[in-house]
Amino acid sequence: MIEGAKWKKWLWFYLPMGMFILALLFPFYWMLVTTVRPDSELYRPWNHPLYSPFWTSHPTLEHVKNLLYETLFGVWMWNTMFIALAATLISLFCGVIAGYALARLKFRYAGLLGTAIFITYLVPQTLLFIPLADIIRDYRIGDTPWALILTYPTFLIPFCTWLMMGYFKTIPKELEECARIDGATRWQAMLYIVFPIAVPGILSAGIFAFTLSWNEFIYALVFLSSPEQKTVPVGVVSELIRGDVFFWGPLMAGALIGSVPVAIVYSFFVEYYVTGMTGSVKG
Amino acid sequence: MAKVLLKDLNKKYDEIHAVKNVNLEIRDREFVVLVGPSGCGKTTTLRMVAGLEEISSGEISIDGRVVNDLAPMDRDIAMVFQNYALYPHMSVYDNMAFGLRMRKFDKPEIERRVRRSAEILGIHALLERKPRQLSGGQRQRVALGRAIVRNPRVFLFDEPLSNLDAALRVQMRVELKRLHNRLETTAIYVTHDQVEAMTLGDRVVVMKDGVVQQEGEPLELYGRPVNRFVASFIGSPAMNFVEVAIIPADGGLWADAAGLRIKIPSKKQEAVQRYAGRRVVLGVRPEALRVASGADPAEYAFDTAVEVVEPLGNEILLDVRAGAHAMVARVDPATRVRVHEKVRLAFDPERLHFFDPGSEAAI
Repeated sequence: MIEGAKWKKWLWFYLPMGMFILALLFPFYWMLVTTVRPDSELYRPWNHPLYSPFWTSHPTLEHVKNLLYETLFGVWMWNTMFIALAATLISLFCGVIAGYALARLKFRYAGLLGTAIFITYLVPQTLLFIPLADIIRDYRIGDTPWALILTYPTFLIPFCTWLMMGYFKTIPKELEECARIDGATRWQAMLYIVFPIAVPGILSAGIFAFTLSWNEFIYALVFLSSPEQKTVPVGVVSELIRGDVFFWGPLMAGALIGSVPVAIVYSFFVEYYVTGMTGSVKG
Repeated sequence: MAKVLLKDLNKKYDEIHAVKNVNLEIRDREFVVLVGPSGCGKTTTLRMVAGLEEISSGEISIDGRVVNDLAPMDRDIAMVFQNYALYPHMSVYDNMAFGLRMRKFDKPEIERRVRRSAEILGIHALLERKPRQLSGGQRQRVALGRAIVRNPRVFLFDEPLSNLDAALRVQMRVELKRLHNRLETTAIYVTHDQVEAMTLGDRVVVMKDGVVQQEGEPLELYGRPVNRFVASFIGSPAMNFVEVAIIPADGGLWADAAGLRIKIPSKKQEAVQRYAGRRVVLGVRPEALRVASGADPAEYAFDTAVEVVEPLGNEILLDVRAGAHAMVARVDPATRVRVHEKVRLAFDPERLHFFDPGSEAAI
């Protein structure tokens, strides 16, 4: 903490903090205001006498209604949820197992393999979608949820593996050794000792994977084409921007509602998430 | 209750030969301590007995049964780790019950055994707590409890006291000894602390660079070390070493160094004879030096300058210098000596050790 006069604390702590919070939260506020603003206000020119960009005097749920009844938003939400959950579960399962193996089992090239997995994570999606599109066409899963459920793990598994590997390394190996002397097999030691201790790590990997899949745009844009297959980020953008016309109200309503599940997930697990990022057991 | 036999035990990592041809017999109910500096292979040896480390060559048997290829769980052993390795997500009770549950004991039996062990160790009030709510000493007790609850054939201890502060360590040392007297389970104990080794072990095995240097009862190691390493490792303050020349004169042999000239006692003459005209290392324990009185024969006395006086209450340690050689003498607390004073010290001729300067073996 900053010592000394009160004004110093204000100047060096509260002020920068306030500015940071303002910058961070403003887009969300803008999203909210635009969602509840009637069209008449939304398209009012700046020199109109009643122009008020930061406030609305006639809040309305018209855009939300429009979004829910005029578009396939509900279907998109469901698609996104299903795809994100499935991709997360697959990636988490593989990541936890692979991370454990890389952290604990002694085998040739373990270090090399770990690095190689990390490098695959560095290949940008914007390059990878081209060969992946080919594969998806060959397996005839284009325009189905499986196109995404099976491609998201290409970047989620390396991420989860890497994160879990780091987490497993922080768990003293004596715990497992002790369990094995106590009469547990390696699987039992993993199941009863290592995994319960690794819950914060597993949860943060899961949250991360879920958020990445939920917000993913490029693969979803390329691999899905029919409106009823789309995910929220793609659906909102492709169906609510027609030519050069932006339907700002429904767009913002879609963004707002679309970000709710992620916000809920984070607020539920924030404590685990923090411990997951900062290490595990002491003593 | 079990006998443990290590036969020609070897452990090689890629480039390091960590344990070399270790042969040990640990008798039933015996408390054997492996002691040595870090990296001497003592922990590796213990881990091989536990089954946590593969055996490169050689054989380990428990009660006559070769266990080389048995999983740790099938060896019927219990191990206490340096960092205790308590399961952080389980209560003390569950920590202790884990091994029994894995072995499919029924619930009342688990309850009975855990309560009994907790009673023995005085941790029955802590059973519902989590490890992180315990102090170091309490964690140590829980780790012990987890080991004794299964009533295994062999206890393995891997430096269990080294994470405790000094006072607690002494206390736990006594408790460990008491526990062993009560349970009489065969135990192998690894430590780098020679005091722990001497006080706990029925027998002590000194290791260095993967090789067993000497094994024997504590006082035997102390009184008759087989080489310079054991002599210096066992005992605190350590044995004094002075390089001396062996000179025949006046019909006897004399050990000669700058500021020091003493007669080789007749008992040692024969052994030292072949070093006549050469150099050897003279070893003398601090308590084998005393302030010389008129009664001490001149051939075992020498003059020194006192550099540091360490009054410990029950004894005084004098750091003295004779010629180029620094030595420590443990003298009577009634002795009145001041720094920079000259003092005449005398050796106890019965307690002189000689070591070959090359092989460092005792002569």
